Amino acid sequence: MPGAAGTALLLLIPSLIVVFGIVVYPLGRTLYTSFFDVNSPFPGHYPFLGLGNYRRTFTNPAFWAAIRRTAYFTMVSTWFELLLGILLALLLNARFHGRGILRAIVILPWALPTIVNGLMWRWIFNPEYGALNALLTQLHVISNYRSWLGSPFLALNMVIVADVWKTTPLAAFLLLAGLQTIPRELHEAARVDGAGAVRGFFRVTLPLLVPSILIILVVRTIEAFKVFDIIYIMTRGGPANGTQSIAYYAYIQAFSNQLFGYGSALAYVIALFILGFALIYMRLLRTEFAY
Amino acid sequence: MRTEGRPARRRKRRGKRAAYLVLLYAAAVLTAVIVLAPFAWLLISSVASPVDLLARPLKWIPSHISFDRYTSIFHAGTNDAAADFRSGMINSTIIASSSVAISMAVGIFGAYAFARIDFRFRRTSLLFFLSTYMLPPIAILIPLYLTMVRLHLLDTKIGLIVVYCSFITPFVLWILSGHFRTIPRDLEDAARIDGASRLGALFRVTLPLARSGLLATALFGFLLAWDEFLYALIFTSSAQAKTIPVAIAEFQGRFTVDFGLVAAGGILAAIPPLLIAFAFQRYIVSGLSSGAVKG
Repeated sequence: MPGAAGTALLLLIPSLIVVFGIVVYPLGRTLYTSFFDVNSPFPGHYPFLGLGNYRRTFTNPAFWAAIRRTAYFTMVSTWFELLLGILLALLLNARFHGRGILRAIVILPWALPTIVNGLMWRWIFNPEYGALNALLTQLHVISNYRSWLGSPFLALNMVIVADVWKTTPLAAFLLLAGLQTIPRELHEAARVDGAGAVRGFFRVTLPLLVPSILIILVVRTIEAFKVFDIIYIMTRGGPANGTQSIAYYAYIQAFSNQLFGYGSALAYVIALFILGFALIYMRLLRTEFAY
Repeated sequence: MRTEGRPARRRKRRGKRAAYLVLLYAAAVLTAVIVLAPFAWLLISSVASPVDLLARPLKWIPSHISFDRYTSIFHAGTNDAAADFRSGMINSTIIASSSVAISMAVGIFGAYAFARIDFRFRRTSLLFFLSTYMLPPIAILIPLYLTMVRLHLLDTKIGLIVVYCSFITPFVLWILSGHFRTIPRDLEDAARIDGASRLGALFRVTLPLARSGLLATALFGFLLAWDEFLYALIFTSSAQAKTIPVAIAEFQGRFTVDFGLVAAGGILAAIPPLLIAFAFQRYIVSGLSSGAVKG
């Protein structure tokens, strides 16, 4: 009879094949490609550049601009999702008539396919016929129709709005699950000690939500840093590259400009950035879950 | 003095309670409006006449409702975007279900190992699987594309299924191992004392008890696969493998005149995942959170 490790390995072999069987070779190949000046998808002899593509990455202002935009997108969307998610979770945890229906409604944006979400918001933000312009003018908030996706920084923020609308529900539900594990007695104890609702939240509720909060931060940060689909459908990285995320930039370099070597180096740099973020959060997670 | 103070205090408390309730219901209504309004507008756009959609000031309630766009998607010829859309729905269904079935079939064993067997590097190897999630798809896209060309898997459903399994399986391992751990070990031990093998105990004791977790994981995987865009965009080019997100993206490019048609397509593409989420909300949420938070 094999030992514990042997049994575990045996049980894990199918998963290892399905996951790493697909990923390992392309990953190695991409690393190899990143050292060459590959400018077509076909096999052939390409000049060896060493770390040239990486040097090119780090000295390229377009790369840093894309990183800054992606970092902005990631930070703003993740923290909004978290804050709104906490408020939403508190609401969904309160007792009122229709709570069950509200919970079933709130999950819907999360299930909406990203591509449909993107085209829906693009339509709502339409400069000439969009619902947002119509609503805001009819409410006299703005006097003229605006081009919400027409200027670089505004467009980036509007893409964030669409992203936050879709992803807040998942954060809220993970936090709601955390809220439900907090024993009612703890709230009552805080009440007896004279803590008000707000102080009770910061003293009792929030510390117990830390594990859920960290999971949301890790998962959403990774996902936001890779953002591609919603940008592809809403703005194609425009206007004036104002919404071009780093993943979109790499995609353009590799597939539009056929700079496969440079694109491969970019892919590795993105992965390193994400790894860096993840390690920071994971260290936090580990201190949380030190069991 | 006391007898005078008490009713006043009670009144004050009752006032506070009423204010809280008003606030609570206001927040609930506001949330429902923010969530539902964009959906409602998409739905209205799909049935309103183009004239109403392009009116200024905008007419929120269309003068008459027509389902022509839906019928045109279902009945238009075989040589256009509507046909790609129809095949996209079918392709997405086949690809998403097959990748979930395969990922579950391999993931159940792995998740069991992570949940029940104490081996060195257990946590590390789970993190190793999960770390694939950090890779941007672009890091494997180019070589994968070339390999697919060589294996004649480009623009095939099988090609996409293989790739989708590679990112659904780590999720299955993560969520399901967390879920298995919530099931008491004693039940399995009892079955094994009665002579069942490890796998026998897994299939006869643990899996039936983990039904809700299995369902949640499978549905979540289905939503992931249904939503995937970048791989499908690069790896498929014709109606035989193109998935629904790609078909929709092309739809948007082709019908710039009438957004209503794009809206109708978007709604049709969103119906399967929305129905799943609405019907199984309780399962998905509890399954995900018990797996993720405890895993």
